[in-house]
Amino acid sequence: MPDPGQLPAPAPSVNPETQPFWDATSEGRLLLKRCATCQEVIWYPRAICPECGSMNTEWFEASGRGTVYSFTVNYKGDGPYKSAPYVLAYVELEEGPRMMTNIVGTDPSQVSIGQSVTVVFHPTGEGPALPRFRPA
Amino acid sequence: MSIKNRARIVGAYEHPERVIPGKSVAQVHAEVALGALADAGLRLEDVDSYFCAGDAPGFGPISMAEYLGLKNLSYVDSTEIGGSSPIAHLGHAAAAIASGKSRVALITLAGLPRSVPWTGSLADAPEAAFEGVFGANTVAMYALAAQRHMYEYGTTSAQLAEIKVAASLHAQHNPNAFVPKPVTVEEVLESPVISDPLHRLDCCVITDGGGALVVVAPEVARDLDRRSVGILGHGEAPKHGANGRIDLTYTGAVWSGPRAFEEAGVRPDDIDYVSIYDSFTITVLEAIEDLGFCEKGAGGRFVSDGALVAPDGRLPFNTDGGGLCNNHPANRGGVTKVIEAVRQLRGEANPSVQVPDCELALAHGTGGSIGTRMGSATVILGRV
Repeated sequence: MPDPGQLPAPAPSVNPETQPFWDATSEGRLLLKRCATCQEVIWYPRAICPECGSMNTEWFEASGRGTVYSFTVNYKGDGPYKSAPYVLAYVELEEGPRMMTNIVGTDPSQVSIGQSVTVVFHPTGEGPALPRFRPA
Repeated sequence: MSIKNRARIVGAYEHPERVIPGKSVAQVHAEVALGALADAGLRLEDVDSYFCAGDAPGFGPISMAEYLGLKNLSYVDSTEIGGSSPIAHLGHAAAAIASGKSRVALITLAGLPRSVPWTGSLADAPEAAFEGVFGANTVAMYALAAQRHMYEYGTTSAQLAEIKVAASLHAQHNPNAFVPKPVTVEEVLESPVISDPLHRLDCCVITDGGGALVVVAPEVARDLDRRSVGILGHGEAPKHGANGRIDLTYTGAVWSGPRAFEEAGVRPDDIDYVSIYDSFTITVLEAIEDLGFCEKGAGGRFVSDGALVAPDGRLPFNTDGGGLCNNHPANRGGVTKVIEAVRQLRGEANPSVQVPDCELALAHGTGGSIGTRMGSATVILGRV
C-alpha cells in the first residue's frame, strides 16, 4: 500500500442506503450499484436508478481502476483539510461513473488529466475507509 | 403562457455597504426591501407577493413576511438555487403577475458572510458523504471545471484573467465597490494560487449586503413616476452530477439561456449589455459560451482584447464591477446582476460605463457549483 500521506481522513455520514458501500471500504473493496432493470452503473450509490427510475438496484465490486477526468491542487482547504495542499479530483472509473476523490501517493505536480490510477483505502478510524486513488 | 411584456421591474436597490457588522440579516433584508419600494414609489402594504431564498433567516418567506409586516400576500415563493435564486424569482414573479395571482411582487436577498460566518449545513444531502470527505470546497470545485476546460479547449489562465481585468476597470467608477482598484492580467497571474488553476484574483469578493427588486403589472407601472424595465424572457434549469457522468465544460446556461432567448424572441447578437454571474472567472467564461455569445471552447479568445469592457467592448459586462470586484452579498450575487442591468436600461449606470442606447440586457445567474450541481437562471430585460 502507498503511503497514506498527510491527508486527513474524515469519517463520512453513513445511512442505511449507503451502509454496504462504506462497510466494503473497510474491507478494501469498492462497491458500485447497477440497475437490474436497465443495467446502467449508478453513482453516487442510491436506492433508485437515476437513469430509468427503477428501485431494483444491486451492488457489485468495481475493478478499482480509472483515469483522472479533472483535478486541482487545493492550497486553501477547509476544516480538516486546512493543512493543504492536497489533490482533489474526479476519477472516471472503468465502469463509467466519475467520482470525486483525492489523488495520493505522488507529488501533486505529477498529476495529469488522463492519467491511469488505481484505488487505495485510507481508514477513517471509525469503520469506513476513504477510497482514494494513486498512479497505476 | 408567455411572460413577455406582462410584468415590469419598477424598483431596484443595492445596499450601499459592503461590511455591516452591527445589523441582523433580517434587518438588511428590510433595508433593501424599503430601498427598492422607495425606488418604485410603492409601500410595503402594496406588496401582494414575496420571494426570498435560503439567505432569508427563519422559516422561508413566512418569517420574513412577519418581520416585514407584509399583510396582503396572496403568493410566496422560496425557490432555493443558490446565487441564481433571485433571477429565478424574477421569472416566477413575472409568471405570477402574468397569470393574475399578483400585481406587486417583492424580491429580497441579504446576508452578512463577511461579518458572521455561515453556520448552516448541507450535511444531510444524499451526495454529501461522497464529496466533502475529500476536501471538496467551493473554490476547488470550480477549479476542477477550469482545469478540464483548459484541457479540452486550451483555455489559459491569462484569458481567465482578462475577465477580472474588465470587471476591475468597471469597479473603479463605482464608489461603493469593495475593491475599486484596476488590476492587470499580470497582477491576476501573480496573485496566490488558491486552487490550481484559480488564483486569488480569479475569485469574487466576500461581502455583507443585499439587494431587492419590485416587479409589477404593466398597469401598475403606468401609474408610477419611475422609469420601468420590461421583462421579456426567462429561463432556468438545474444541472447536476448526471449519475456520475458529469461534464465540467458546460453549465446549466445551455438550457436556461435558449429558453430565455426564445421567450423574448431575440438572439445573442441583439443584446447590448450582459450581467453574468461571476463567482469566479471560469463561471463567466463557461456562461458566455453556453449563452451563445461564442462557440463552445472559444470563450478564452472571445474575452481577450477588451471584449467585456464598457462602453465600447463587443459585449460590455458587469459594469458595477460584478462579484469579482463590487459585491457578492450573502455569497450569492444574483440580485446585483439584475440591479445593474436595470441601471443600464434606465441609463443610470456610472457614466463612464453606461452603454449608449442600451435597449436590451441579459442577466444570468449561476448558483451552487459548476463542479458538481448548480442552478442556472437567465432573464432578458428591455427598455420600455
